[in-house]
Amino acid sequence: MTRENRRKLEGCIALSLSALAAFLGLFWLVFILGDVMIHGIKAMNLSLFLSDPAPAGAEGGGLRNAFIGQGMITLFATLTGVPVGVLGGTFLAEYARGRKIARIISVLSDIMVSVPSIVIGTFIYAVLVKPAGHFSGWAGAVALSVIMIPVVLRTTEDMLSLVPWTLREAAFALGAPYYKVILQVVYRGAAAGILTGILLSIARVAGETAPLLFTSFNNSFFSLDMNQPISSLTVTIFQYAMGPYENWHAQAWAASLVITVFILILTIAGRLIIQWRYR
Amino acid sequence: MFTASKKNPVDRIFSLITALASFSIIILIAGILFVLFSEAMPAIKKFGVVKFLLSTDWDPVKESFGALTNIYGTLLTTLLSLMIAIPIGMGIAIFVTEISPNFLKTPIGTAIELLAAIPSIIYGMWGLFTLSPIMSSTIEPFLKKITADVPLIGVLFQGTPMGIDILTAGVILSIMIIPFTASISRDSFNLTPAVVKESAYAIGATKWEVIKNIVIPYSKLGVFGGIVLSLGRALGETMAVAFVLGNNHRITTSLLDAAATITVTLANEFAEADKDIYLSSLFYLALVLFVMSFITLAIAKYFLLRAERKYSR
Repeated sequence: MTRENRRKLEGCIALSLSALAAFLGLFWLVFILGDVMIHGIKAMNLSLFLSDPAPAGAEGGGLRNAFIGQGMITLFATLTGVPVGVLGGTFLAEYARGRKIARIISVLSDIMVSVPSIVIGTFIYAVLVKPAGHFSGWAGAVALSVIMIPVVLRTTEDMLSLVPWTLREAAFALGAPYYKVILQVVYRGAAAGILTGILLSIARVAGETAPLLFTSFNNSFFSLDMNQPISSLTVTIFQYAMGPYENWHAQAWAASLVITVFILILTIAGRLIIQWRYR
Repeated sequence: MFTASKKNPVDRIFSLITALASFSIIILIAGILFVLFSEAMPAIKKFGVVKFLLSTDWDPVKESFGALTNIYGTLLTTLLSLMIAIPIGMGIAIFVTEISPNFLKTPIGTAIELLAAIPSIIYGMWGLFTLSPIMSSTIEPFLKKITADVPLIGVLFQGTPMGIDILTAGVILSIMIIPFTASISRDSFNLTPAVVKESAYAIGATKWEVIKNIVIPYSKLGVFGGIVLSLGRALGETMAVAFVLGNNHRITTSLLDAAATITVTLANEFAEADKDIYLSSLFYLALVLFVMSFITLAIAKYFLLRAERKYSR
């Protein structure tokens, strides 16, 4: 074989392999989503959303308590995590712009985004569950908000930095104090980006299981009391999938389908907003 | 930075609130370190540092605890997942940046991003119900057969293929981290200046030679940062491996054995720990994991920042 042919052949093999890798990525996505879809749709029915769990092993029943519990935990996590994240990002991009402290906090939040979520669960257990003596919905919400804060903070910082400085100068020239400039000019300019950050952070925490295992724990009864253990979809999926009953497995698949669709919709919505606003 | 506005009292209050909000990150990190450390104190006193890290004991009945089996499981699954994820992730990045026709770029990019968005519990459940039976019935017996007579490698595939083992956990973990490796490699590849690539083409290099000799060396800082970031992610992943790893506190040489990682031990035993020293040892494990992943992520961030600085020049 001539040298040219060998080089061409080598290139051809390497490029085919990388094409194969790309289709492997697609294949996994289709495989996993398709599997969740098939099993989930089979187990989907109205009583899943409208009734509470049947006694272990018995047929029927639903996961109403888990849907409500998941909703409440996520809602309260969002209500605390988002303001702290947005305000923190504002400090980094505005008041502390270009200072060393802003860089340090920015890097630390990037690290916090990837810190194992189960460690945050153990931390909240020590701070909120152990002193109180019992698991509680509040502890779960706080654990999720701790995960949310760095995500929202970093996207807010990035999005505010994209707002042109001249826009702020124009507002300063009218005599506006900085906080008014931020609230009325900068936030408006970056609204779409901040909203995307919030959507993605909700998508991130809605699927979290590990930090809820020993904070909000689980509850097989319907409960709205955030001061007590409360059921969540993700912990219920873990319990049901590991459990021995066929009926539980089916409900775990159905719950997985609901949560996956919810998260993918949020993710795609976030992408579309970014594409529409920053094209 | 804006001295004139500082005179406004409302502005001062607002800036203080935002400052407080951003300092919450520092407070959280310091708080996690402090709380985990003080909760782990009884176990640290009882077992010491080196002894705890190197002991293979994990016996709740005798109240004797050591981290080595957990650390071993964590490192082994992580290593395995990286060995699968790095070539595939790089392959995806090469395909998307250099080969793919334009109409395929968006679907593959989106697919990779969606793969990253799927929550880990879904991976775990899919692994338990779908992947694990496939592994135990087809893939693992096949690997066993072809490696049976190969010295050294054969040891890796000894035992009964059950599907609930290190190999399955490694495969699931690799699917989870492929998106990180792929998207960071893609972003780094994209930063190679077209002029440099074109010069290589002009002297007769093939496409693969350009990728191998120009693009990859040029972007190695970013790619390396991405790999270390994936490593940090894999270390702390819980739910994806909790379903398929078993919970076996033993050092094993076979990939077809059940094992335990730090995260899986925490997930399975934390809520059940009935004795103080047991709980304290679990906090000790959490502290070890936190320190391990924090250092790994900090190294990743360091390389990514250096890459950023290099390319922005």
